[in-house]
Amino acid sequence: MAQPGTRLVFAPWNDPEQKPLIQFKNVTKKFGDFVAIDNITLDIYRREFFALLGPSGCGKTTLMRMLAGFEAPTSGTILLDGVDIAPVPPNKRPVNMMFQSYALFPHLSVWDNIAFGLRRSDMPKDQIPARVEDMLRLVRLEKFAKRKPHQISGGQRQRVALARSLAKAPKLLLLDEPLGALDKKLRQDTQFELMDIQEKTGTTFVIVTHDQEEAMTVASRVAVMDHGKMVQIDTPDRIYETPNSVYVADFIGDVNIIEGNVIDTVDGKVSIEWAEGQPRLLGTVGEGVAKGSRVHYAIRPEKVAIATQPPADRANVIEGVVHDIAYLGNISTYKVELPGGRMMKAQVANDRRIARRDITWDDKVWLSFTDTAGVVLLG
Amino acid sequence: MNRRFSWFNATALTLGFAFLYLPMLILVIYSFNASKLVTVWAGFSTRWYGELIHNEAFLSAAWVTLKVAVVSSTVATVLGTMAAYVMVRAGRFWGRTLFSGMIYAPLVMPEVITGLAMLLLFISLGLDRGVFTIILAHITFTMCFVSVVVSSRLATFDKSLEEAALDLGCTPFDAFKSVTLPIIAPAVISGWLLAFTLSLDDLVISQFVAGPSSTTLPMKIFSAVRLGVSPEINALSTILISIVTIGVISASLISKRSIARQRADEQKALQQ
Repeated sequence: MAQPGTRLVFAPWNDPEQKPLIQFKNVTKKFGDFVAIDNITLDIYRREFFALLGPSGCGKTTLMRMLAGFEAPTSGTILLDGVDIAPVPPNKRPVNMMFQSYALFPHLSVWDNIAFGLRRSDMPKDQIPARVEDMLRLVRLEKFAKRKPHQISGGQRQRVALARSLAKAPKLLLLDEPLGALDKKLRQDTQFELMDIQEKTGTTFVIVTHDQEEAMTVASRVAVMDHGKMVQIDTPDRIYETPNSVYVADFIGDVNIIEGNVIDTVDGKVSIEWAEGQPRLLGTVGEGVAKGSRVHYAIRPEKVAIATQPPADRANVIEGVVHDIAYLGNISTYKVELPGGRMMKAQVANDRRIARRDITWDDKVWLSFTDTAGVVLLG
Repeated sequence: MNRRFSWFNATALTLGFAFLYLPMLILVIYSFNASKLVTVWAGFSTRWYGELIHNEAFLSAAWVTLKVAVVSSTVATVLGTMAAYVMVRAGRFWGRTLFSGMIYAPLVMPEVITGLAMLLLFISLGLDRGVFTIILAHITFTMCFVSVVVSSRLATFDKSLEEAALDLGCTPFDAFKSVTLPIIAPAVISGWLLAFTLSLDDLVISQFVAGPSSTTLPMKIFSAVRLGVSPEINALSTILISIVTIGVISASLISKRSIARQRADEQKALQQ
C-alpha cells in the first residue's frame, strides 16, 4: 500500500486527462410506456468501485443489464473504452456479471463453474487449470473445488459466483445485489473482502444495491437514483455530508429535516424561521438559496448535541423534552419533542456505561448544533 | 395425517383398486394357466410364454411396434422440447395464446378424429401407408405430452442461469446445450418415456394409418382376439403390461426425484 505522505488520492473523475471506461450518453430505456431510465449521462472510470444506489424500481438493475447486454437502450449510446457496445451481444462483451441469485450451474462442480467461461474464451486449454486454481485461491475455496453448488454454504456460493465472474479477467465486473442473500455479519465481512479483491485485481466494479450502508462502505463513488434519474453522483462522504436534495439526505442514513423560510442571508450565513416562537435556525447558505425562499434544513442526528443545561457557545439551541430513547449498544438515539409537537433526533455515542446515563424519559433537555453542521436545501 | 382408517375409506380404496386392476390381474394370472382353455384353470405353467417366442407373426408385430415407439418418441421429444422452450421463453408474441392452445389441443382430441385426419392427409399427399406413416402419426399425438411435461419444468427454471451462460461467452445454442438441457434432462427423459409408452399401446390411430405390411402389436392382439382369446395373447399382454408399468413408474420416479432434489436445494438456499 502507499506510504503516508506519498499517498495519491484516487479521484479520476476530477482529472480532465482521464478517459472514462464507460460512458452513458443521454441513455433512455422504456418498457412500453414505462420509462425505466430517463436520459442518463454518466461516466465511470477505470479501477473505480461504482455503486448504483436506489429503492427497488428506480432503474438501477436496468442500467446494469444494459451494460451486460441483456437490455438495449431505447435511445442514447453506451460506450465501453470509447466503442459503442449496442451491437455487441452479451457473450462477446468484455464484461461479466455476478447475479443476485448467483446463477451457479447446479449440474457442475465448483471447479467446472469457474472454468465454464474460460473454456469458451480463447485461452489455451493447458492454461485453464492454473487460472481456475488462482481464482479458487483468491476466494479461499481451494478445498471445495470438487463440490456441487448445493453442497456448500450461501457465503461460499457467493464467492464461487464472484470467482466465476472474475475468471475471464473482464474489463468490467457487474455485481447485482451481490450480498443480498447473506446475513448481516457475513455481509459486512464480505464487503471488505470484495474491496480487497477489487484492489488486488484492479478490475472496475459496478455494484447495484438498495442498501445504502453497503454502497457507502465499498464504493469509491455512489450514484443515487430515483425513478430512472440520477439524483446525485458523488463520493460517499460528500453524499452523506452534502446531499444535494431532500431525497438524497433522506435516503442516505438518518436525518432531521426541518422546513422553513429564509429570513435573511448575511456573510454566507442564513437564518431560517421554522416555527412560531422558536429561535431562528442559523445555517450555511446552500446553492440557490436566497432571502424569502422556502427551504429544508437537514441535519444528521449525530451532529446534534444533547444536554441538561443550556449550552452557551452554540449557534443553534432548541429546548425540548425527551420523548423516547433508543439504545443501540454503541450509540443511543434520543427522540426529543420540541414545543409545537415536532420531533428531533439526537445521537450520542455511549462512551459511558448505561448505568451512569444522566438523561432519561421526560427530562427537559437542550439540543444544540453549530451553524455549519446541517445543509440548507431548496424545495 | 394420523387419521384412523375408517371402514368407508377402506371400502372406497378396495372398490377403486379392484375396479382398476382386477381385469388386469385376471389376465396376468391366466397367462400362467397350463390349460389351452382360457377360462379353465389347470395349474401353473409358463408354457405360453415359450410358445410366444416361436410365433413369427407376434414377434414381427412386436418388432414393428418397438421400432415405431423408439423412433416416434425420440422425434416427438425433440419437437416437443423445442415447442415447450419457445412457449416458455419467447415471451409475448402475437398469437402466443393461440399457439400454446394449439400445442395442447391434441391432448383432448378424440383419437378417432386424429386418426382419420392423419389418414386423409396421407392419402392426399400420396404417401404409401406403412411403418413410416405410423411413426408420423405417433409423433403428432405424443409430441404434445412431451411439451406439457417439459414446459412445466421450464416454467420453474431460473432464467438467470441462461443469462449467466451467455454472460460467460456462450452462444444462445451453446447456453441451451450446456446449461438448460442438462438441468431439464429429467423432464425430457420422463417426456420420452411417456411418449414411448403411449406409442407402444396405441391402437386407434395406428389402425387408421397402418398399411398391410405394418401391423403393430396392439393391432395384432386386437385382431387375434376376434378369433377367440388364446392363452398366448394373455402372455403377450402380460409382457406389455410390465413394459408399460416399468416405463410409467420410471418416468414418474425420475421427475419426482428431480423435483424432490430441487425442493431440497431451494430449502437449503433459504436457510442460508
